[in-house]
Amino acid sequence: MRKIFALAVAAAVAVIIAGQSGCGKGGSKSEAEAPIKIGALFAITGPGSFLGAPEAKTAEMFRDRINAAGGINGRKIELLVRDTATTPANAISLAKKLIEEDKVLAIIGPSTSGETMAIKQLCEENRTILISCAAAETIVNPLARYVFKTPQKDSDAARWIFRTMKEMGLTRAGVITSNDGFGVAGAEQLKKLAPESGITIVISESYDKNETDLTGVLTKLKGQNVEAVINWSIVPAQSLVAKNMKQIALNVPLFQSHGFGNIRYVRAGGEAANGTLFPCGRLLVAEVLPDSHPQKKLLVEYKREYEARYKEDVSTFGGHAYDAMLIITEAIRKAGSTDREKVRDAIESLKGLVGTAGIFNFSPQDHNGLGMDAFEMLTVKDGKFALYEKKAAPATGRASPNE
Amino acid sequence: MVWAQIVQYCLSGITVGSVYAIVAIGFNIIYNTTGIINFAQGEFLILGAMTAVSLAQVMPLWPAIACAVVLTTIVGGLVELLFIRPVRQASPLRLIVVTIGVSILMREGMLHVWDEKVRALPYFTGSGVSTVRVLGAHVSPQVLWVLGVCAAIVAGLTLFFRCTLTGRAMRACADDRMAARLCGVNDRRMVALSFMLSAGIGALAGCVVSPITQTQYDMGAPLAIKGFTVAILGGLGNSAGAVAAGLLLGLLEVFAMSQLPVAYKEAVAIVVLLLVLVFRPTGLFVRRESASLRTA
Repeated sequence: MRKIFALAVAAAVAVIIAGQSGCGKGGSKSEAEAPIKIGALFAITGPGSFLGAPEAKTAEMFRDRINAAGGINGRKIELLVRDTATTPANAISLAKKLIEEDKVLAIIGPSTSGETMAIKQLCEENRTILISCAAAETIVNPLARYVFKTPQKDSDAARWIFRTMKEMGLTRAGVITSNDGFGVAGAEQLKKLAPESGITIVISESYDKNETDLTGVLTKLKGQNVEAVINWSIVPAQSLVAKNMKQIALNVPLFQSHGFGNIRYVRAGGEAANGTLFPCGRLLVAEVLPDSHPQKKLLVEYKREYEARYKEDVSTFGGHAYDAMLIITEAIRKAGSTDREKVRDAIESLKGLVGTAGIFNFSPQDHNGLGMDAFEMLTVKDGKFALYEKKAAPATGRASPNE
Repeated sequence: MVWAQIVQYCLSGITVGSVYAIVAIGFNIIYNTTGIINFAQGEFLILGAMTAVSLAQVMPLWPAIACAVVLTTIVGGLVELLFIRPVRQASPLRLIVVTIGVSILMREGMLHVWDEKVRALPYFTGSGVSTVRVLGAHVSPQVLWVLGVCAAIVAGLTLFFRCTLTGRAMRACADDRMAARLCGVNDRRMVALSFMLSAGIGALAGCVVSPITQTQYDMGAPLAIKGFTVAILGGLGNSAGAVAAGLLLGLLEVFAMSQLPVAYKEAVAIVVLLLVLVFRPTGLFVRRESASLRTA
């Protein structure tokens, strides 16, 4: 009886293997028409959902647009979107599946720095191109051969904040950051860059990413007589900062990081959010840009398309996914194949590529491709984003060839 | 530290503590009747607040909150009817695991109904920038609302559990379910009632704290953990104790924060919880009376 069973199992296994190898052969024949598989890891739920949800929507929109236009090099794109629930452990297991089972050409995302750092080594070892939508500079510095990122640099955001503080005649900053990858990386950059900008960080504290009240930590800042508060986080708590400052009568300017670029934060902050300053890409102020600006056309088109399709306001985070899709598709087109090495080399050779975050100029040394000029200082006026008026030209950073 | 700063820290502690306290009260009601801890309490809070936020778009704030409380109360009753009542050999541990399951189910359900976005009810008085000046420091008027609602709930519950027949019957069920049944108490109805009451109070708590904490589908668990800590700290089943413990923990956290890096705040809460559990071992799952549930 047992022997018969074993035989049956063996036969079944043989049939399955034969079936699969048959499929494999069939697949290789139609290689040219098969869709190009691109994995997408986004924090669609969890504390990072502010980032991941618009990113996933944008990536799907971009895919539909490319496929409607006939695909790239005659091949459609198949986007495999996975939700990491803002957990690095999920990002690792989902990335493994995408790499080993789905055999994707590239992965776009994850949404947060912590998740990206968790899979950076994995992608590098498996020679899978990773185009992260997270901001921390550590993603591309130290450089990894297969890892790229689309949002602007942390360090440039910190420089913009410090420069604006100086213009306003402020030198004593109190820094609060969330205790996740983005916050920790930001705190490091701020600490590193403060001396060269002539800013003193009198106090630097981190709070839990699920924090629901920040009056305690702000009281601590108030006790140190800070002249400005810098909050560096991507979690919902960032709209609490402005409210809590007003509630304890800490009446100094509030700077937020580029993680503030979602109008929902402003709405959640209500009246208190007015006057908040933060460095950000130009997407949120696309309509007020001069027509001559090289990004204007793309930004306005993306904004209209997104808002028409999803009936919600566009955010810079969705833009990061737009850029990631743009970079990978342009690189495939340029390489003329889906050979990983060729596509990877093609990304490094992309120059003057207009995206939502800025104008990308990649090189073998620069896997971000954006400079200081990718940012503008924005503020909140009457519950809307606006350009901060007393803006000075960037003093450091690379000049873009298009400006 | 200057005087005004000390007062400011106190007010901060009270803000945080009042939120903990109002969450903790909900745990006590179900514990008082069944001897179990309802880990879906945090989800009742969020469900109440989310419902109120949605209803507030089509009606004024107060009716929206009232409707949200009623709806959540019904959900609480359904949870008991569908998930707690059918469990056979209902040991407290088993029922607690069921409530954990319910909390996950509710969280996912809310994600589908309301998506992942953060919402908040408007401030009941003034707005996010209004402050009340107290002894040279400032506090949001919403904190006073939370404290007021806390006090009202505690007073109401104390009266209910001490002075009404239904309330006493509910307590009798927790003490000795079999004996209560022999005295003619409909124990199943009491358990259902306790879930409804606890869900309703959870919803009210969720609405009151929503302007301060904001509301997101998955915020129930972190809130519930703090509320649970406070409920133990104050003595399970004791609502007035929960309020005192909530304020105490809030103040402890804030003063720890003023002296240590903020990151250690959570550690302080956990250390306090451990100390309580070590020195008051009659705490959590070993309550003698809860054994009675096994025979029910």
